[in-house]
Amino acid sequence: MGWRRAPSAGHRERALESVFTSSPATAGGPIIDFAADESCLAIEGLSLAYGETPALRDLTLRVPRHRVTAFIGPSGCGKSTLLRALNRLHDLNEEVVRRGEIRLEGQDIHAPEVDVAELRRRVGMVFQAPNPFPMSIYDNVAFGLRLQGGLRKRRIDDTVEWALQSAALWEEVKDRLRASAWTLSGGQQQRLVIARTLAVGPEVLLLDEPASALDPISTLKIEELIRNLKSRLSLVLVTHNMQQAARVSDYTAFLQRGELVEYGPTQTLFTNPRLARTENYITGRMT
Amino acid sequence: MRPFLTRRRGEGPWPWLAAGSVALSLSMLAGLLLLLAVGGLGHFWPAEVSEVTPREGAPFAGIPVREERVVGSERRERLYFTGNLDLDGERWRWIPLDAIAALEAPPELVVLERRRWGDFLGHLVALEDGGRRHAGAAAWPALEERLATLETLRDERDHLRDAVVAPLVRRLEQGGDPAAAAELARANARIRELQTAMQGATLVLESVDGRRLEQPLAEVLRAWRPNAMSPPQKLAAWGRGVWRFLSEGPRAANSAGGVWPAIFGTVMMVLLMSVVVTPFGVLAGIYLNEVARQGPFTRLVRIGVRNLAGVPSIVYGVFGLGVFVHGIGGSLDAWFFADSLPSPTFGTGGLLWASLTLALLTLPVVIVATEEGLARVPEHQREGALALGATRMEMLTRVVLPMTVPAMLTGLILAVARAAGEVAPLMLVGVAKLAPQVPVDGEFPFLHLERKFMHLGYHIYDTAFHGDDVQAAMPLVYATALLLVLVILVLNLTAIFLRHHLRARHGVASRA
Repeated sequence: MGWRRAPSAGHRERALESVFTSSPATAGGPIIDFAADESCLAIEGLSLAYGETPALRDLTLRVPRHRVTAFIGPSGCGKSTLLRALNRLHDLNEEVVRRGEIRLEGQDIHAPEVDVAELRRRVGMVFQAPNPFPMSIYDNVAFGLRLQGGLRKRRIDDTVEWALQSAALWEEVKDRLRASAWTLSGGQQQRLVIARTLAVGPEVLLLDEPASALDPISTLKIEELIRNLKSRLSLVLVTHNMQQAARVSDYTAFLQRGELVEYGPTQTLFTNPRLARTENYITGRMT
Repeated sequence: MRPFLTRRRGEGPWPWLAAGSVALSLSMLAGLLLLLAVGGLGHFWPAEVSEVTPREGAPFAGIPVREERVVGSERRERLYFTGNLDLDGERWRWIPLDAIAALEAPPELVVLERRRWGDFLGHLVALEDGGRRHAGAAAWPALEERLATLETLRDERDHLRDAVVAPLVRRLEQGGDPAAAAELARANARIRELQTAMQGATLVLESVDGRRLEQPLAEVLRAWRPNAMSPPQKLAAWGRGVWRFLSEGPRAANSAGGVWPAIFGTVMMVLLMSVVVTPFGVLAGIYLNEVARQGPFTRLVRIGVRNLAGVPSIVYGVFGLGVFVHGIGGSLDAWFFADSLPSPTFGTGGLLWASLTLALLTLPVVIVATEEGLARVPEHQREGALALGATRMEMLTRVVLPMTVPAMLTGLILAVARAAGEVAPLMLVGVAKLAPQVPVDGEFPFLHLERKFMHLGYHIYDTAFHGDDVQAAMPLVYATALLLVLVILVLNLTAIFLRHHLRARHGVASRA
């Protein structure tokens, strides 16, 4: 890295102070907590702003291992921002200022010795719109593997097959691995992107509204895939679709205006929310 | 009830104006190409020769060229190409139409293309070869046979001169080499032998009005009897003419012969320019769009680059002359070619400096196109690569740049189109009126970057404005202009084909 010079630390601190000092004390509802050995990701007092515009305020939560955790909330509540903070995709945006810590398996992901590329291999991400690269299906899945270098062709072949099977796409594409990825349908493309991410062996998979651009059948397939994947890794799902969150997630965090409002087991949060703000949102009464 | 379908709301004159301007542009373009094609390609057609008998004076043979109205009267007059510069002292003759008493096209009229004095139009009386004389009907077959023999002898001599003697001479100039000297002597002896074999025969010619002329056969290049030729024969002759124009070097101060060195020079220069401008332009575009911190400075650089595209090309020529030719070239000469000073090697205009100057001229186009291509790569593609653990460099080289290649080629196409047609800067940095030796040959280092070269654009300028016979040069100017357009078209089509191929592979939608 080091292509763009980061603003000096002093400058960054001052910017943070001016943005976050006005942050009101959150009237955070009862928040579920996991022991350190149950959680893969721990977020501690995370605040984040785009320039002068705060996006996240003093967020603290832990993401459980081998579970699906959903972030829900109205547009602009910061759920996508939070997701992108988890694999440091904000690094590219010079405007973004941050305070607080994110720990992956106990290690601060912003520590200077952390290799961002390695972090992103461990915390994979699938985006809202399917974004396969303009190359063959095979090359898409092998992309991340080839970046690591030094792998034998045989090994790559095996991993590509395994990843496509894991993403429930193998049967549909095994006869045309050399075809352009852009010939696939939207749902297939999204599963291809998931396979591509799985191929590099992540511990955590971040899904940013992975089904919002897909038809209902494709959405169901993706949801089924998400449920099947949690035996292997931890998943974090951002979604607008409350039914989807209820269907696939084990835990749900409700965010509003950059703050964590309520966080608990999905069942509890949807049937018996503790805060009126949560209830209003999930029952469709906007505040 | 109100009618459901009412009159369509008028769209005003705009669709008509837009369509009209497209139609006007296209028809102007088509008209230009048609003018070039007719004016240029017609020249190679073996036109019929008329025997014109005026009401007063002697008859003459001529090829009608065009008709015009006499200024200030109703009469029309016709221009004939009459050739026979050695007999008449001129090659063209205007004659009023009403002054013509009779027009004939006798099949036995011959046209001779000669090395000196230009074409001859008239009768072939006899061919004298040593002691033998072929007269009357036997003269024409004998002439055709002798010309074919001459052609093979001439080819062998030219081959010896260009491919054997010239490299040997250069080898000897660089240092004494007894083997080379012996070889050179042998080659020269063979050339003299060939020269002697070519001499000897003489043609006895007679103009239409009866003046006799003895013409050494060695100076005759070609002979034909257009009035006796059938259309297929004429077509074949036309094809040969076009081919000679494309494949031979110019003769008679660029007013006759072909343009092969100019084609080669143009293409070579454009290719060299592309090789230079592409990496620089692409890297600059990548830096501006991907690497540099976006701010007032990059904005300033961008404005500067875009404005550089508007600088008149002659300014680049002066820059190239000052910096490349005199500055860098002068230094190179002082350091590496001091032996041959004061005659310059790189310190004078040449292929390399011309290519560099044009590369500089077209750099802004490539930078802008690359930047636009990079900006068109969707953000989610970049993020997708980063999210898989790619570094910024890997993201660039493996995802972003492959998707940008079509845009870079678009930039290159624009650059080629501009560079191939540019003449003004070349006049300062290396184009030559006559450089029959193309800058690539079989002699080390094969590509001679320091040589001067010919260029189609400059050739047009030179033929049209610096010849002594503008009438004769005009069709060549048309043909050369047509050729320049075609060369640019071929270069562009190559790039477009490549771009289409790449775009199909990378599936990036981009226009232009």
